[in-house]
Amino acid sequence: MSDQEKRNSPAADVAHGHTTFHQKLDALKAGLVTLSQMAEALLARSLDTLRTGDVAAAERVITDDQAIDRLEMQLEADAIALLALQQPMARDLRFIISAIKVTSDLERVGDHAVNIASSMLRMRRLDRQLPLPPIIEEMGRSSRSMLNDALDALVRMDGAAGRAVCRRDDAVDALHDALFRSLLTHMMEQPRMISPALELLLIGRNLERVADLATNVAEDAVYLAEGVSIKHHSAT
Amino acid sequence: MSQAESQEKIRVEGLDFHYGASQALFGVSLGVRTNHITACIGPSGCGKSTFLRTLNRMNDTVPGTRASGSIQLDNHEIRDLDVTTLRRRVGMVFQKSNPFPKSIFDNVAYGPRINGGGSRADIADQVERSLRRAALWDEVKHKLHQSALGLSGGQQQRLCIARALAVEPEVLLLDEPCSALDPIATAKIEELLLDIADSCTIVIVTHNMQQAARVSDYTGFFLMGRLVEFDRTEKIFQNPAHRETEDYITGRFG
Amino acid sequence: MSAARLRRRKLVNAVMLRTTGACAIGIAAVLLGILGYLFLNGIGSLSLDFFTQLPKPVGETGGGMANAIVGSAKILGMAVVVGVPLGFLGGVYLAEYAGATGQFVVRYVTDLLNGVPSIVIGIFAYALVVLPAKQFSAYAGGVALGMMMIPIAVRSTEEFLRAVPRGLREAALALGAPKWKVLVTVVVPAARDGIITGIILNLARVAGETAPLLFTAFSNRFWSEGLNEPTATLPVMIYTYAISPYDDWHRQAWAAGFVLLMLVVTMNIAARMLMARSPLRGAR
Repeated sequence: MSDQEKRNSPAADVAHGHTTFHQKLDALKAGLVTLSQMAEALLARSLDTLRTGDVAAAERVITDDQAIDRLEMQLEADAIALLALQQPMARDLRFIISAIKVTSDLERVGDHAVNIASSMLRMRRLDRQLPLPPIIEEMGRSSRSMLNDALDALVRMDGAAGRAVCRRDDAVDALHDALFRSLLTHMMEQPRMISPALELLLIGRNLERVADLATNVAEDAVYLAEGVSIKHHSAT
Repeated sequence: MSQAESQEKIRVEGLDFHYGASQALFGVSLGVRTNHITACIGPSGCGKSTFLRTLNRMNDTVPGTRASGSIQLDNHEIRDLDVTTLRRRVGMVFQKSNPFPKSIFDNVAYGPRINGGGSRADIADQVERSLRRAALWDEVKHKLHQSALGLSGGQQQRLCIARALAVEPEVLLLDEPCSALDPIATAKIEELLLDIADSCTIVIVTHNMQQAARVSDYTGFFLMGRLVEFDRTEKIFQNPAHRETEDYITGRFG
Repeated sequence: MSAARLRRRKLVNAVMLRTTGACAIGIAAVLLGILGYLFLNGIGSLSLDFFTQLPKPVGETGGGMANAIVGSAKILGMAVVVGVPLGFLGGVYLAEYAGATGQFVVRYVTDLLNGVPSIVIGIFAYALVVLPAKQFSAYAGGVALGMMMIPIAVRSTEEFLRAVPRGLREAALALGAPKWKVLVTVVVPAARDGIITGIILNLARVAGETAPLLFTAFSNRFWSEGLNEPTATLPVMIYTYAISPYDDWHRQAWAAGFVLLMLVVTMNIAARMLMARSPLRGAR
């Protein structure tokens, strides 16, 4: 039976339909794409609340993270079952190993989105406010696009694109340093502003971590595509 | 868990089996779930094949054997069923492919014919349907009337599966069906088992525990005539409850 | 080991090796000798007439044995009708259904029957068929030869049924076929070529029997109508002609012997060819 026929036959859709290894792999891949979309969306929504100051939206970010946690656990269990039961080889093996690492990275991205939303909620309760520094918006854009490109590289198994993402991590680190210096200056000049400045510093710290996680994902994309690990090396 | 998933097609309770004076099975109890794949693994001589052959009373043909305990098919004791009826409902595929020295068509048509099955057109339909289900149709449709003995080993085994399916059994028993096949032929058979299992209950005995891991929903581990552990396949291969099972599947056995 | 003993051993070895080799050559020589002798002596009478003409009256030369050739064919056909069904079904029972006691009894009886001298079988057939009918006949000859076929038919059928792989039977049983259907549709067809081979060899063996025919089919110098008259056969004709005082008859006896032998050789070759294409070869 061809794949086409298989999809068309009703028998394939029964509750516990038996699936082949490659169908299971495809399902894992689809789950990974869903998880990455959820994590990216959550990060975007948490960054939006910084601009809009929408408290309800920030609270929803915090509760919606649980869905990411659940999917991460399920995908991890699926990936381990594939390892245990299907004896994957070569790029299938690399994909499953990468999937286990990337799901954990994406779950962390969700946690950082929650941290950002929490910071925003705490800032709202302070009696003094600081305007959102443009550097944070810049870091938000950079880390989001790095994450997006890294996941793209992973799904397309594009090693070159993965290496390109890794090279962009230094720029975000530089933005983080600049943010740190500027907020430190603020705090020294206006000790009343230490609390809001610390929250902004935390937000920057979270975004810097997201960029690091995006770099991890990009490294996994290179491993998946080329079978070599580029961790702890310059990404050239 | 859906309704169908919780149903048991076969219930075995306290099954003992003797070959003459030597006992081959000791108090085996397990449930085979409807439209699922159940695998039996274990070292040679552990009784897994003997167990399989009790399910369609194939051991009745071996002189000096004796089974006691209960085996129920849809809540009816199989020893009370007419043995030919039982075997039509519970088909079997053997370790060594055993096509009849007849044409491909006549092999698959054998079951429907002896069961008095309908017109020539009905039988031809059934042959085509069965060969398709066994993923063999495209390879043999141009030579249906050539001898089945001219097929390759993997094709012969799929022919035997098609022949068993042509009787439309409710349960299909497979006794190490891939032990003589290369990995490609094995993969084809595993894939078609996954397909068949959506409408048929399957019990497979295999030496190859990776095969059990790949295809089955439930796995039973046999050791020296006893069923040591029976559980969902993921559980057996990721976190078995018994030390013997873990030793066997991790290759620390004996 | 001393050189003397070694020499002695080598000598014994060489002598024994040559002796056994000579015996083997001797065996082949006997067969070739018979064939050649029959051919040389009979060739003079081997003409179309031999196959188409009736025997000439005593004193006239020429004529043939057409009636004996046809008679032998009739009686062998009759023997097949009598011996094969009994032998085949007995073999089926022995291979498929008999318990340990049944197997012992059937085997013992067939071995005994096989050992009964052919002349005794002839007398028995005479008592059984000829006396009640008050008539020598092809029937009686066929019954005698048929009885001689039974033991071998039983044992060869059994052998070939047992040679059918267990896997084939199990495959059919697993499809829900009752045992008799498995026999009829799978086991016997798979063993068919072997069983037929056995029958042909069996037939070739009894084709040359003379003694049982002497007082069953008797003989006839003319065509016999149907199966209910004394019937001429090649072996009996050979016997009759060979003990006659006429040279021409002697030559015809040689020719008949040659034809009979060729018939047996042909049947053997046919049997071997049939066996060579049997589906069981290699499937075992």
